[in-house]
Amino acid sequence: MQQDWLWGLAGGGLIGIAGAIYLLVNGRIMGASGILGGLVDGSAGTQARERVWFLAGLFGVPTLASLFMAAPDTHVTSNLWVIVAAGLLVGVGTRFANGCTSGHGVCGISRLSWRGIVATVFYIGAGGVSVVLFRHLLGWI
Amino acid sequence: MRSLFAALSGGVFGLGLLLSGMTDTVKVQGWLDVFGTWDPTLAFVMGGAILPMALAWRLTSGRTPALGGAFPAKPEQKIDRNLVIGSVLFGLGWGLAGLCPGPSVASLAFGGIGGVAFFLAMLVGMRIAPMVRTRLDAAFSAV
Repeated sequence: MQQDWLWGLAGGGLIGIAGAIYLLVNGRIMGASGILGGLVDGSAGTQARERVWFLAGLFGVPTLASLFMAAPDTHVTSNLWVIVAAGLLVGVGTRFANGCTSGHGVCGISRLSWRGIVATVFYIGAGGVSVVLFRHLLGWI
Repeated sequence: MRSLFAALSGGVFGLGLLLSGMTDTVKVQGWLDVFGTWDPTLAFVMGGAILPMALAWRLTSGRTPALGGAFPAKPEQKIDRNLVIGSVLFGLGWGLAGLCPGPSVASLAFGGIGGVAFFLAMLVGMRIAPMVRTRLDAAFSAV
């Protein structure tokens, strides 16, 4: 669709505002993998409560919104082997790197963090390689 | 109050992901697929998100968070092995499925069995990451 970039810009603006709220009000970095990972490995400590609420909003609002719009299609592959391998890679990788698209990409780049910029270059590069390899060369996805 | 604003932030984040199309794996993989029909949407999303966030970082100087505490200090700007290896592993998985942690949570209710499977596998990956790191460190120090 031609207006996709406009929706992208508007939705992106909301993502940035969400990050600004979490930073300016709660004093935390809005990184999805960090928020989730700290709960999974128990390192969240006293932050556990607000993290659970953050995730409740992140899950609840799109779920509610999806009821009022044309059913959003995520087009996730039905190949469970591919999906499980991808999930494991994303889980291990984001914990190793200490961040993902929101933490390193949005929050890191915006404060000109060198680590955030380097991480983003590497995950976008690897993502490109991944699509070329698994889609065009192997035909898995 | 902390919980309320955390939920508000998460909710706005989720709405932004949904409206921008980032819960659609076709759009994400389309951005990564430079040899296919390339989709530039993700760049607009990133740009749109970085602008308000950059403004927020500017507002942090000389202030403290509204609900108390301190703003997170800039981590040591060291590019280490874990940052690079982790980002490469993450990127490979991201390209393979078209999902990253934020959109995975946001689309859990309407992403079907595949979305749920990805989410669970990601949690397992996060859980075993410290163990994998210990093994990897041992392997590197043995070289």
